[in-house]
Amino acid sequence: MHSSVALLTILVLAAFTGYEVISKVSTTLHTPLMSGANAIHGVILVGAIIVTGHADTPLEVALGVVATVLATVNMVGGFVVTDRMLEMFGARRRPAPLERDGADRG
Amino acid sequence: MKGLAAAGLAADGATGTATWVDVAYLVAAICFIVALKGLSSPRTARRGNLIGAAGAVLAVAVAFASEHPRNLAAIVAAIVVGAAVGVPAARRVPMTAMPQLVALFNGVGGGAAAVVALLELGGLDRGVPLVAALFTLVVGSVSFSGSALTFVKLQELMTGRPVTFPGGPYVFGGLAAVAVGLAAAVYAVGGAGGPAGALATATVAVSLLVGVLFVLPVGGADVPIAISLLNAFTGMTVAAGGYVLQNSLLLVAGTLVGAAGTLLTRLMAAAMGRSVTSILFGAFTARAAGPAGSAEQRPVRSVGPEDVAIQLGYARKVIVVPGYGLAVAQAQHTVRELADTLTARGVEVLYGIHPVAGRMPGHMNVLLAEAEVPYDKLKDMDGINGEFASADVALVVGANDVVNPAARTSPGAPIFGMPILNVDQAASVVFLKRSMRPGFAGIENELLYDRRTALLFGDAKESLSKVLAAVKNS
Repeated sequence: MHSSVALLTILVLAAFTGYEVISKVSTTLHTPLMSGANAIHGVILVGAIIVTGHADTPLEVALGVVATVLATVNMVGGFVVTDRMLEMFGARRRPAPLERDGADRG
Repeated sequence: MKGLAAAGLAADGATGTATWVDVAYLVAAICFIVALKGLSSPRTARRGNLIGAAGAVLAVAVAFASEHPRNLAAIVAAIVVGAAVGVPAARRVPMTAMPQLVALFNGVGGGAAAVVALLELGGLDRGVPLVAALFTLVVGSVSFSGSALTFVKLQELMTGRPVTFPGGPYVFGGLAAVAVGLAAAVYAVGGAGGPAGALATATVAVSLLVGVLFVLPVGGADVPIAISLLNAFTGMTVAAGGYVLQNSLLLVAGTLVGAAGTLLTRLMAAAMGRSVTSILFGAFTARAAGPAGSAEQRPVRSVGPEDVAIQLGYARKVIVVPGYGLAVAQAQHTVRELADTLTARGVEVLYGIHPVAGRMPGHMNVLLAEAEVPYDKLKDMDGINGEFASADVALVVGANDVVNPAARTSPGAPIFGMPILNVDQAASVVFLKRSMRPGFAGIENELLYDRRTALLFGDAKESLSKVLAAVKNS
């Protein structure tokens, strides 16, 4: 398959995947999901590393450094804040279910 | 600096990366997909996020290992600085400020993508990669400034109300056209002048303005939806950047976020009962000088049975407030089943019976006794009113006036002076109603619009059955 069609195929598949995997999200999770997706697009850090790694002039290096800092804030901050939002789902476990027989109904 | 896109493409169109790099990036992409899927369900959400983080770390490690970047010290230093800023911000900011923090992170992500595109401009010739780079430049800048403005709005550094001015839509449209025109000009000269070129700089400047104008007319409660849309935009710019750099991971990750973010924006708007276009552009067509919308436009938090099930499942104490709607739907047996299921999970369930709940005194008691609800769980108003403050969820089933705060606060209301059940003291309130129609007294209930209140629309018996099924499934 020619590479540009292969690329398009990947793009289309990724778009459908992204759409489908979150189609059943409940309202409670909207904000954490938005935060998690935001953290994932912080992977532009890879792009920043690449361009800074090829920068020649001082201006290019400076711009590259700026991009790297910004991308890192997005990525690292994004995953940490998402984890924090989700803490409340992990910590507050419901009390262990009481046994069926002799369950205290009163 | 030679464009990486040009350097990466061999004659047959194959990219120059080694196989192990592609495989490693594929693993990272899989981590992101798993992360998004995990984030859609409470049980797997936290784990999903960690998997996403692992994928991100892998991607960065592979980038270093495969690219052998120059200016290594500068890059590492930049990453350290970024982490030193991002981590404390994420950990110390109060929970109520979460949305604006996400906005900030999104904005800098868009900015990063735009700068990356800027750096690539000089090395590209006319062609699809240059278009992609220009797309990233414009949309990344829009996302950057738009997100910054949403931060300002949410942080209440400026008014939360929609800001409009005469001719607003035309200014916005005009500037957007100018931005696109400037980008086209950059394309025409083949990206010459690189990052410092006058045309490129002008494109960025105008795009920043467009981002501001995009968010200005969005009103306070709708701002999170604008953030979600900008989040999707940033995802798209990352994908475009991936195309420019011939990096499959950026392409996939960016597309995942762009697609997921777009759907999430529509879901968030739907949960508010609004459409995305009315949120973004509604302020322009709103009737002049109207107060924040008439009754049918005021947003309410509409939720699904799964959401209610989650809230109930994680509660320690739930108080059920039955009303006429329970009787109409004959839902008393279903509500008792739900209460039993919750009790078996360690949740304390009580019933608060208002003297005039239903159409006659004792109506509710009769119904619930018929459903064999234990007598000691049925509390009258005096017995239950003190309990609401320590209740996690007040589940109001088909009741309205008996919980309407207007009885306390509005001297003109027909129900003024009537003692009510203090559901507004509970940590959160869930109303099961068939529609937004007012209750017996025919007046508005402000509690329906409260931030802590969620509405599950539908027939009481149907809704309770769905909630019960969801609780049993969780």
